Amino acid sequence: MNTKNDITKAVEVSELEKKFGSFVAVDRISFQVNKGEIFGFLGPNGAGKSTTIRMLCGILLPTYGTGHVSGYDIIKEQKLIKQNIGYMSQRFSLYEDLTVEENINFYSGIYSVPADKKKERKEYIIRMAGLENLRTSRTGILSTGWKQRLALGCAIIHEPGILFLDEPTAGVDPIARQMFWKLIKDMAKRGVTIFVTTHYMDEAENCDRLALIYNGDIIATGTPNQLKTEFMKEDVLSISIPQPEEWIERLNKLNTIRETALFGTMLHAIVDNEKSATGSIKELFARDKAFDYEVRRIQPSLEDVFVSLIKSYNKKG
Amino acid sequence: MNLKRIKAITRKEFIQIIRDPRSLGMAIAFPMLLLTLFGYALSLDVDNVPLVIWNQDKSQVSQDYILNFKASPYFKIVGYSDNYKELQSYVDKNKAFMILVIPPDFSSLINSKQSAPVQLLVDGSDSNTATIAIGYVTAVTAGYNRKLAIDSLSHLGVRDITPVDMRTRIWFNQDLKSRNFIIPGLIAIIMMVIAALLTSLTVAREWERGTMEQLISTPIKPRELILGKFIPYFVIGFVDVLIAILMGEFIFQVPLRGSVVLLFILSSLFLTGTLTMGMLISIVAKKQLLASQMAMVTTFLPAFLLSGFVYSIANMPTIIQAITYIVPARYFITILKGIYLKGVGLEILVIPVLFLSVFAFVVVNLATMAFKKKVT
Repeated sequence: MNTKNDITKAVEVSELEKKFGSFVAVDRISFQVNKGEIFGFLGPNGAGKSTTIRMLCGILLPTYGTGHVSGYDIIKEQKLIKQNIGYMSQRFSLYEDLTVEENINFYSGIYSVPADKKKERKEYIIRMAGLENLRTSRTGILSTGWKQRLALGCAIIHEPGILFLDEPTAGVDPIARQMFWKLIKDMAKRGVTIFVTTHYMDEAENCDRLALIYNGDIIATGTPNQLKTEFMKEDVLSISIPQPEEWIERLNKLNTIRETALFGTMLHAIVDNEKSATGSIKELFARDKAFDYEVRRIQPSLEDVFVSLIKSYNKKG
Repeated sequence: MNLKRIKAITRKEFIQIIRDPRSLGMAIAFPMLLLTLFGYALSLDVDNVPLVIWNQDKSQVSQDYILNFKASPYFKIVGYSDNYKELQSYVDKNKAFMILVIPPDFSSLINSKQSAPVQLLVDGSDSNTATIAIGYVTAVTAGYNRKLAIDSLSHLGVRDITPVDMRTRIWFNQDLKSRNFIIPGLIAIIMMVIAALLTSLTVAREWERGTMEQLISTPIKPRELILGKFIPYFVIGFVDVLIAILMGEFIFQVPLRGSVVLLFILSSLFLTGTLTMGMLISIVAKKQLLASQMAMVTTFLPAFLLSGFVYSIANMPTIIQAITYIVPARYFITILKGIYLKGVGLEILVIPVLFLSVFAFVVVNLATMAFKKKVT
C-alpha cells in the first residue's frame, strides 16, 4: 500500500478549524483514524462533514490546526497526499459523455498508473463494478448504482492506502447500497483505510469506529456499540401493541416519557428511568383497557443516541 | 509537468469535443459564416452612386457635361426629371443619393466664356459616403473644366500645358479594393472571438458538473490541466485559421504576398494568447453562461472598435489610443495586413510579434494563478 510504513495512524487531526468569513464550518476538531479501519463521520447535512473531508484531501486549506494523512502534512504536503489517497465526492464525478472504459483510462492517466499495471487495474475495476457488458456504454446512461461503483473504481485505480468517501450512497437504491458496502468491507479487509461520511444511521453500523459531528463540532467518538451503551443517558423502551399509532399522543402525555415515535409496527419510547416509565405505561394501558401488549427495554439505535446527544448539546448551548 | 497527465486531459477533451457535434460544428461553421457575411456585406468602397439629373438647359453643351458622369464607373444615372417633387421623392425613397441641377442658362454662359453654376443636392445622412461622392463630382467637373480651358486656349494658339502633373502610383493594394484590407482584418477579429469562445466553456463546464471537485483531489497541477485542455482547442483554432485563409484565397481573392509559413506561425502565437484568455475567463466565471458572455464582450467589441480595423487608431482620443495597446487583435491585424498586402517578413513585424508574445505570456500565467487561487 502507498502509505508511509512507520505510521500507525492513517489520519491524525488536531484542533482543525475552517472558517468561511465569520461562519465556522469546522470548529477545532481533533480525532484519529487507525490504519485499516472503516471510520464513519456521521452527522446531518451542513454539520461540516464535507468541509473536513476536503481539508484532509488537500482540496481546502484549514484556517487553524494541524493534521496528517498517511503521515503527510495536510498543509505543506498536499501534493503527496493527493497521490496517496482516493477521493469520491458527493456527486459521482464521472464524465457522462465518456464511456465506462474512457473514464477509467482517464483517471488511470491522471494518476500515472504504470503501463504494465494499467490493463490489470482496468479489468479489476470493471469486474468490481459489474460493468463487463457495458464497457463501451456512455456513463450518462448508467443507473446510479453503477455510476457509484464506477466512481469508486476510478478513485482506487492507483491503489491508495486511504479512501475518502463523501456521502457515497446518497440517492442510491438499497440493493446497490448493500453491494457498495460489501465492496468497502472487502477493501478494508485488504488493509485499506476507509474514511466515510454519511447521514444514514443504518450505514453507520458498518463502521468500525464513528465520530458524531454536529455544528462543526465532534460530539462523540467510539465504536457503534460504545456509542449505544456509554453515551446515552436515557433508556429506550420498545412497546408492541395493536394500532400503535393511536397511542402516541396518550403516551407522550405521561411525564415519565420524553418522546414516543413509531418504529415499524412498534413504538419506541425514550424515558429517563426504565422502571418508573414501565409502571406508568402499564397503568395507562390498564386504565384504557388494553391488555394485548408488551413493554421491554432495548438497546438504543444509533439514531436514538444521536438525537439524545444533539439535544443535550443544544441545551449546553 | 507530467506528460501522462497532460495526455490524459488532452485525450479526454478531444473525445468530449467529438461527442458534441453541435459545438464542433459551431466551432468550424461559425467563423466561415461570419467571414462570408462580413466579407460580402462590409465594403467601404463607394461606387455606382445613384444620381438623378434635372437638366433645365437641354442643349448640346449640357449633354456633353452629363456624358462625363455617364462614362464614370462611380456614378449610375437613375433618371432625369423636370419636376422638383419627383426629384425629391427619388432621394426620399433612397433611389438616388444625389441630384444634379443644371440651370437653363448653362450653355449660354459657357458659350459666352462666363462661369456657369450647377447645383448638387446631396443626401447627407451618410456623411462618409456623401463626402466621397462629392469628391467624385468635383473631380468629374474639374476634368470637364480643364477640357474646356484647353479647347479655348488652343483657339488662341496656346499649346496644352499642365503646370503640375501629379502621377499617382498606388502600392500594396493597386486597385484600392477595400476588400483586400477588410478580409485580413476580419480574419483577426473573427479568430479573436472564436478562440476565446472555444475555451470559455471548458473549465466552467467541469465546475458546473462537479468533475472539477474530483480533478482537484488528484495530483494534477494547474499548468498540466491548462496545457492539456489547450491542445485540442489549439487544433480547432488552427483549422479555423486554415479555413479563413483558404476562403480569403479562393473566395475573396485577396492576394497573399508574404510567407504562408510565417502567417501560420504568428497565427499560432495569437491563438495561444486568445485561447488561454478564454480559459482564464472560464476559470474565473465558473459558470458556462457567464463565461461565454464574458468571452463575447471582452473580445468582440475591443477587437472590432479598438483594433484599428474600422476606425483609425491615430484619430482616437489619447486615452482610447492607450487602451488599444492591450487589444491583441490590433497586433494581429497589423501582422495580417503586413503579410497579406505588403508581403513583409518578421524583421518588420518585430513590435507586434513582441506585444503578442507578452500578451500570451501574461495570460498563461494569469490563468495558472487564477486556477491555483480557486482551488484552495
